[in-house]
Amino acid sequence: MATTRILEWLGRFYIVLLLGFLYLPIIIMAAMSFNASPFYQLPFEWTTDWYASLSQNDQLIAATWNSIEIAIITTLISTVLGSMASLALYRYDFRGKKVLQALLFPPIAIPWLITGTAMLIFFFGVGIGRGLIAILLGHVALALPYVIVVVSARLQTFAPELEEAARSLGANQWQVTMRVTLPWITPGVIAGGLFAFAVSFDQFVVSYFLSTPGQTTLPVEIYAAIRKGFTPEINAVSTIIIVVSMALMLLTARFFKFGGEK
Amino acid sequence: MAGVQVANVSRSFGAHKALDNVSIDFADGGFYALLGPSGSGKTTLLRQIAGFDFPDAGRIAIGGESVERVPVEKRRIGMVFQNYALFPNMSVADNVAFGLSVRGEPKVTIAAEVQRALDLVQLGKLGGRKPHQLSGGQRQRVALARAIVTKPRVLLLDEPLGALDKALRVDMQIELKRIQREIGITTIFVTHDQEEALTMSDRIGILRDGRLVQEGPPEEIYDRPQSEFAATFLGDANIFRGDATGSGIKLPDGTTIAASTGAAVPAGAKASCAVRPERIRISPGAAKPDPANANTLTGQVSKRIFAGNNSTYFVDRDGQTLKVIVQNTGAERLAEGQPVVLSWSPDSTVLIAA
Repeated sequence: MATTRILEWLGRFYIVLLLGFLYLPIIIMAAMSFNASPFYQLPFEWTTDWYASLSQNDQLIAATWNSIEIAIITTLISTVLGSMASLALYRYDFRGKKVLQALLFPPIAIPWLITGTAMLIFFFGVGIGRGLIAILLGHVALALPYVIVVVSARLQTFAPELEEAARSLGANQWQVTMRVTLPWITPGVIAGGLFAFAVSFDQFVVSYFLSTPGQTTLPVEIYAAIRKGFTPEINAVSTIIIVVSMALMLLTARFFKFGGEK
Repeated sequence: MAGVQVANVSRSFGAHKALDNVSIDFADGGFYALLGPSGSGKTTLLRQIAGFDFPDAGRIAIGGESVERVPVEKRRIGMVFQNYALFPNMSVADNVAFGLSVRGEPKVTIAAEVQRALDLVQLGKLGGRKPHQLSGGQRQRVALARAIVTKPRVLLLDEPLGALDKALRVDMQIELKRIQREIGITTIFVTHDQEEALTMSDRIGILRDGRLVQEGPPEEIYDRPQSEFAATFLGDANIFRGDATGSGIKLPDGTTIAASTGAAVPAGAKASCAVRPERIRISPGAAKPDPANANTLTGQVSKRIFAGNNSTYFVDRDGQTLKVIVQNTGAERLAEGQPVVLSWSPDSTVLIAA
């Protein structure tokens, strides 16, 4: 009895420690975005000045919008392409399929620094150069394998008889896909889309290589700002992003009950 | 509604011949069972008829129209899968409506047809449920309703009762037969369960290693099997092997067994005889042989299994174990180890060419 209680308390302590480890830095940062002192000085003095000055910081705001736009477009393109690729890999057997599937994984493991350098050289070589288009192309390339892996995993749980049943009832390939297969893999497609969004929105290394001074994304802009001298505006913009992205995540989890599917 | 003709169909997967020159005629409105052990090619044959897979050679016709290169979605067939394959994201009614809906039928027609089909399988009130809220038997009925609502030319069933427990399976056999009679659809039914094949079908095709072994009405196959395999796969049989005498066979020990049914085997050739366990009379060793049962052997009871309405005796005779089934008529039961006389009529003995 006594040991069980001790173990129970140890378990709780561990959870608290884990959550603290994950969230404490974020909470401190969020708190500091409301602190008057730019040098993290205590006592805490409530202010919304940093949010006011953030609203004046056109460069940071432009970078934020760039990031959001690129992340959304990356998500759309890589989710559609990736899901189609997963379906093709699931349905058809063709020469070199195994090789192709094996080649999908290395890009996830190759350091972004190397991928970024390679992309920069390649984009200059083919005349795309740097800028938002280059960043977008780079992000799609980075996000695609994640989408394919997640959607393919979901497809592994799909019963192929369902497609056969639909065909036996007279459905053509398009109707089979839209009405039977797609509804089943939707949670996988959403999860893949979230991955794609995260890969793009968090992306620093590749974006840094491919951006030009005027046209850049939020992580690159934050990095540049910190190098010039830290301002709590960074805390403010980060806090806003954290709140928005956590809300998005919670909403998705609520609607698609990951893992809890019947 | 239409008959199905399969003519000289072969299909190989790599070096494996899944179907080897199979020809079989399924008449319009009949109920056929394709029976065979796993790997016999029965499911492959069904998938050729459905159009999921195309034969390497041969012809398949539905209603007189060649279909061997027509894909499944254009064949107008109905299929029930072993695990039902209901669409999990759709309600029961939407599952049944699927075939009509992809065809673009008007909503009013669809609703009426779906209701009729659900009523036919006695699930009229469950249209709003999701498949996971149904029992196995109910899912089976939904799958059937979904397959027949489109008025297919032929209904194909792939071991449809395999996932149900015994009692439910018997109910569904009766139900399936009733529905098939009511709509009069040509039905081809794959099973490895010989009892199911015997009780449900008008004709049975027995497959083995990709070949059609025998085809005909259940009574004919049971009473006159043309091979040892057919004799032992459909029902139980005692097999005796020896040399043909013209009117039966002679066993290696000199005993003759008279057979008046089965193949004509020239005297001297290798042949075997099959006798069903319930056709053999068993009596205590001292009893006089019965003249009507001209075939007589002696042996010793090695084991008795009592099953309520009948008992199965295992009788050792010269190294061979024979099986005899005796109805429970209240007569004296024989003890294990007791010497016995087995006798049966030549009419119950089927001669099979080796």
